[in-house]
Amino acid sequence: MGLFDKIKKTFDRLSEGLTKTRDTFVSKLRAVLFAGRKIDAALLAEIEEILITSDVGVSTSEKLIERLKVRVRDEKLEDASVITEILKQEIQALLATSPSAANDATFGIDAANKPHVIMVIGVNGVGKTTTIGKLAHNYKAAGKKVLIGAADTFRAAANEQLEVWASRAGVDIIQQQQGADPAAVAYDTLKAAVSRGVDVVIIDTAGRLHNKQGLMQELEKIGRVMKKIKADVPNDIFLVLDATTGQNALQQAREFTKVAPITGLILTKLDGTAKGGAVLAIADALSMPVRYIGVGEKIDDLQVFSPSTFVEALFEERATVHESAS
Amino acid sequence: MFESLSDKLEEALKRIRGQAKITEENVTEALTEVRRALLDADVNFNVVKKFIDDVKEKSLGIEVKGNLLPGQLMIKLIHDELVALMGTSKADIAQAPQAPTIVMVAGLQGSGKTTFCAKLAFSLKKKGRQPLLVACDIYRPAAIDQLRTLGQSMSLPVFSKDGAKPLEIANEALQYAKKFGRDIVIVDTAGRLTIDEEMMQEVADLKDSLKPHEILFVCDAMTGQDAVNTAKAFDDRLSVTGVVLTKLDGDTRGGAALSIRAVTGKPIKYVGIGEKVDALEPFFPERIASRILGMGDILTLVEKAQQQIDEKDAEKLEEKLRKNQFTFEDFLEQLRMIKKMGSLRDLLGMLPGMDKALRGVQIDEKAFARVEAMVLSMTKEERSQPKLLNGSRRKRIAAGSGTSVQDVNRLIKQFEDMQKMMKNMTKGKMASMFGGQTPQFPTSSRRP
Repeated sequence: MGLFDKIKKTFDRLSEGLTKTRDTFVSKLRAVLFAGRKIDAALLAEIEEILITSDVGVSTSEKLIERLKVRVRDEKLEDASVITEILKQEIQALLATSPSAANDATFGIDAANKPHVIMVIGVNGVGKTTTIGKLAHNYKAAGKKVLIGAADTFRAAANEQLEVWASRAGVDIIQQQQGADPAAVAYDTLKAAVSRGVDVVIIDTAGRLHNKQGLMQELEKIGRVMKKIKADVPNDIFLVLDATTGQNALQQAREFTKVAPITGLILTKLDGTAKGGAVLAIADALSMPVRYIGVGEKIDDLQVFSPSTFVEALFEERATVHESAS
Repeated sequence: MFESLSDKLEEALKRIRGQAKITEENVTEALTEVRRALLDADVNFNVVKKFIDDVKEKSLGIEVKGNLLPGQLMIKLIHDELVALMGTSKADIAQAPQAPTIVMVAGLQGSGKTTFCAKLAFSLKKKGRQPLLVACDIYRPAAIDQLRTLGQSMSLPVFSKDGAKPLEIANEALQYAKKFGRDIVIVDTAGRLTIDEEMMQEVADLKDSLKPHEILFVCDAMTGQDAVNTAKAFDDRLSVTGVVLTKLDGDTRGGAALSIRAVTGKPIKYVGIGEKVDALEPFFPERIASRILGMGDILTLVEKAQQQIDEKDAEKLEEKLRKNQFTFEDFLEQLRMIKKMGSLRDLLGMLPGMDKALRGVQIDEKAFARVEAMVLSMTKEERSQPKLLNGSRRKRIAAGSGTSVQDVNRLIKQFEDMQKMMKNMTKGKMASMFGGQTPQFPTSSRRP
């Protein structure tokens, strides 16, 4: 398969995954934007509604509208149909890009700096364990030797759940009994990884609400303890966000990054009816990039996030909207 | 975590002061703030719209009288409206005329169904019932193990069957319950997306076959605008009898509760407030209304306190507070009482305005132990007369408690602050806060 085919395949699958997002978004826009309509306050209010109902949040929506207004004025725009184009540009400008975006797409790592350690964090029920299964599968498929550390020692049967995913992905797992110190599990995992010459280490952590101080400090400790073996780890800390989550997502990002500096977001459950607009609010306030998206429960339902593809897919049908409307 | 809505409302309604009535002109700005607060709390866009229109209509012509501030009046009106919309508290499970009663639990992935099932079983067990948990989530890896482990921890039976379909499992579980005298069957189902037709059909079939007496829709309290779509889809398909709101121990303002209530009209029966099996509470409309408005959760706190604090002790304390005789001895007693009530941060977070005050503040739960050690290292005289605590005494206390002089200094400073705070609180404010007609807001304490 050529590179082009690969890119196309990724694009198609992302589009597929985003169909729901796009459908609702575009059908709403279709209703809002008919050619020939003038840009007025009512139109902007309708756009604001679309943004807010996608969980973008009031502040970020207002900010986007404000930029739209400025550009409408400066560029002397009159026809409403150009608004999607501008909105698209503004949203894309808002989305942060990760410095390691190139590696994300190929599941590559810095070969000179092994093992590459990924820690996965988030509140309860967002899909951390499932995401880890998918990540492991992808790294394995990219020819990497993967080791998973089961540092969710709290939740009932968390070990068993992760075990199933590890065996599906065909990778090894390090675990201890329920109730063990998660930092010790992470430490053991990294130690084993070094001695076994592992390429990628993925540490699962227990779901925790970000306002629980003790649990947040536990997370900090996991990172701290692993540094005793290798100073620059974890190389990536992924905060997993549920696309159905509303404005609390921003609070989650804010609090988690204090104890475990987040290098990227993974937005899960995008195959449902929720739009995941909260990542825009997070990008706006904290400039955190989205790295991957989860679009299903199967092991290959993880897609690389690319801001341009995301926005493109979001507005893909704009042309048809325009045509059918005129 | 949020700037308090009451602060903003006071600001927006400043101009009304001195005017006799709330009018269309003077209320618009205030309502913009309310709208924003509700949207920030994740209440659905359309629900907010309708709510604001209703409040506006009701607020017009309200007379501003007495020493009430317009902002307080507005908050009270909004709060009351929210409470009314939220319905009444109904934390009961329908009872089958003939045992077993069947409860089915459904919702999206990761909403907390399995944990809720365990909590419900635990609370029913405490009431003397004989619950049977049924593991029908055959899809998520280890979901059955999870329920089994939870069941084991509560010494409750969990019915499961490898390789069987949910329908088969549930029906056999029913037979099991009848045979072994389990009077309530709680059926855990897999998480599913509303657009997954196959899975929605599966749970609909399960419902048709089991004819549950109670069908509970479990929803994550952090859910955003999509809550209405999801709740409606589940309700359309299953005619749910009640809603469970989970993860309310987080700092989400839980606007989803209002959205779900508005689109389904179904009662919210329980709220999940922690990961342990006893972390389940009935739903109280007033509390969630306060929370959505960012007013803290004073009622929950009061209730928790009531559970732990002996009436007589409370009276004694009040007396002391009035006379400003609060000592380290009382402080220690209070600490121990608070420790019984749960996490300090949770408790403080429930106080109006505290959410904001606590933003970014690190609360070290272990500090309790250190504080206790320090107070215990004081002599009786020192505890009752903190003024005695000079430099050399502080040094001795530090050495005795294994802390530093700085720690001791900090404690004494905190104690003095607390004394001041209590002095303020007792100046007629406590009474109205707990039993009065008018809610007290954090802003009022800043007024001269």
